[in-house]
Amino acid sequence: MASPFTVHEGVAAPLMLDNVDTDQIIPSREMKAVSRDGLSVGLFAGWRYVSAESREPQADFVLNKPAFRDASVLIAGENFGCGSSREHAVWALAEFGIRAIVAKSFGAIFRDNCVRNGILPIGLPSEDVQAIAVQAVSGARVCIDLPDQTMTCGDHQYAFDIDAYAKRLLVGGLDPIGLTQSRSGEISAFLDRDRAARPWIYGS
Amino acid sequence: MAQTIFDKLWQAHRIADAGDGADLIAIDRVMLHERTGGVALKSLAEAGQPVLAPERAFAIMDHIVSFRAGRGRDESRSPGGETFITQTRAMAKAAGIHLIDTDDARQGIVHVVAPELGLAVPGASIVCPDSHTCSLGALGALAWGIGSSEAEHALATGALRVTKPIQKRVCFNGHLGTGVTAKDAALHLISLHGSGGGARAAIEFAGSAVEAMDIEARLTLCNLAVEFAAFTAVIAPDDKVFAYLQGRPYAPDNELWSRAEASWRALHTDDDAAFDDEIEIDAGDIAPTVSWGTSPEEAVPVTGHVPSDARPAALSYMGLSAGAKLDQLPIDGVFIGSCTNGRLSDLRAAGDVLRGRQVAEGVRAICVPGSQSVLRAAEAEGLDKVFRQAGFEWGSPGCAMCFYAGGETFPPGARVVSSTNRNFEGRQGPGVRTHLASPATVAASAVAGRIADARMFAPMDAVS
Repeated sequence: MASPFTVHEGVAAPLMLDNVDTDQIIPSREMKAVSRDGLSVGLFAGWRYVSAESREPQADFVLNKPAFRDASVLIAGENFGCGSSREHAVWALAEFGIRAIVAKSFGAIFRDNCVRNGILPIGLPSEDVQAIAVQAVSGARVCIDLPDQTMTCGDHQYAFDIDAYAKRLLVGGLDPIGLTQSRSGEISAFLDRDRAARPWIYGS
Repeated sequence: MAQTIFDKLWQAHRIADAGDGADLIAIDRVMLHERTGGVALKSLAEAGQPVLAPERAFAIMDHIVSFRAGRGRDESRSPGGETFITQTRAMAKAAGIHLIDTDDARQGIVHVVAPELGLAVPGASIVCPDSHTCSLGALGALAWGIGSSEAEHALATGALRVTKPIQKRVCFNGHLGTGVTAKDAALHLISLHGSGGGARAAIEFAGSAVEAMDIEARLTLCNLAVEFAAFTAVIAPDDKVFAYLQGRPYAPDNELWSRAEASWRALHTDDDAAFDDEIEIDAGDIAPTVSWGTSPEEAVPVTGHVPSDARPAALSYMGLSAGAKLDQLPIDGVFIGSCTNGRLSDLRAAGDVLRGRQVAEGVRAICVPGSQSVLRAAEAEGLDKVFRQAGFEWGSPGCAMCFYAGGETFPPGARVVSSTNRNFEGRQGPGVRTHLASPATVAASAVAGRIADARMFAPMDAVS
């Protein structure tokens, strides 16, 4: 299970593009095994390397720049993580060391995948994201307090919204399967009622 | 209180309040494929968790399978990809879930197969670790894409914790013009409202143009909801849906049919139900639409130009200049297939353009039917011959050229017109420049050797 997320301070890397899709975050050709592990080497492979074969770093890609090599926060544009549902994108980010992503909005499945893997997706208005990106370029670190729902960068503090369920999972490092299994009595009762009401669903 | 169809679907599956604003939602069907489903089965097995309802879980091989005609049982398109096939097969068998293997007569792309088999029916809740699961809303199902961890969750518990999305209605009023398809309608919508335009929303597609669509066109429309950032899409089921489903293997049998149909007829939005947002589009304003950039929102009419304010990064990747006329762009390849446009009606539409014509020299043209059932039906009416005689390769069903996972594809820099769903950088291969379009537009472009308007290619039998 993901480690709990309470307060995190770190370097923020600006990747100020809109509609960064999960094919960019991890190209399908980098998913080589039926596994959640070993994916960080393929993170942003299309942008991070001169060629897929050589693995020679593309010098101007943000995560290859010395100042951002150890980034643990990404600052991005609108609709980050759109596209394919592949959770491998989030596993690759987590293995690389990313703990939070700040963007105007996120792909819905990607956002849920983040929460399931201990990465905090922070949605902020464009102007705030832009301002944070400017600070990040100049080397300011960010400090995120999830219980408090605030993020500090330079002299500014930003309050962010997050739905209560995602917050509880992240702060507690909780396993939703366990949470749901604790409701198994209600699930069984529902299934008994529903089997009578909609028998065609159950292959009677 | 007046309800939307989505409200009704949600309520019917709501087991309980899950706290924190989320609901515990019952999952009727879990669909898996070897690319993201195998890893879910593996994690579950490692955790010692059994599948709660294996009789309602289905694994289908589609993503990594070779599209080579006459492919072997474990043959993958990408080097090393066979491990996804063999491991998913072994784990599906161990978990006791249904398995539709590479050599099964029912095999195909999961979202093409689910309606064919009657696994997707109105009112069913269906999840799959694949973003295009929203396609199945075309039949009035509550269907959405999830990650692999949530697939484990659904397999282990029969339920998911979900925060109810906001709701939008998109009405296509009036009639689509001749030669204008559901694909064009979806690209038009996304180009107007942006790739993020449906964020966090369940979308109901409605209006006379949607009512007039056949089931396969509706599947195409709903398929592209995820490219609009939507949670999912749904269309109220009608007589066309009921007629489509009757007699399919997993659809209700004769004994239960009338009961099922009666419950399905209640699945529509009440007159006074409220949406968070409504979009109205005059279907008559929609032209055959083609993407020019690297996001589905970067699309214009086939007779149009690359916008003057186009993103430089997109222009650079696509090898285009602002102002370029789309229907003058020479192409190197075409692809017809995918969960978006790989069904029989799609192949027929392309076949009408290709019959009696030839693919232009220098253009590599590939067609991969969406399922074995589509392949058999197409071959039964001679469509394979039409495609082959025109110069197309005719492949074995699967996700094939829609995404690249290594192995054979178009070369870097190739300009490809494709009936698929994503024009992302590298989606069809490193450096490949994808233009999204309807199957007819793809076929016309193959013949012209440049992006072309299919309305200029009347069926040859009509001409003669």
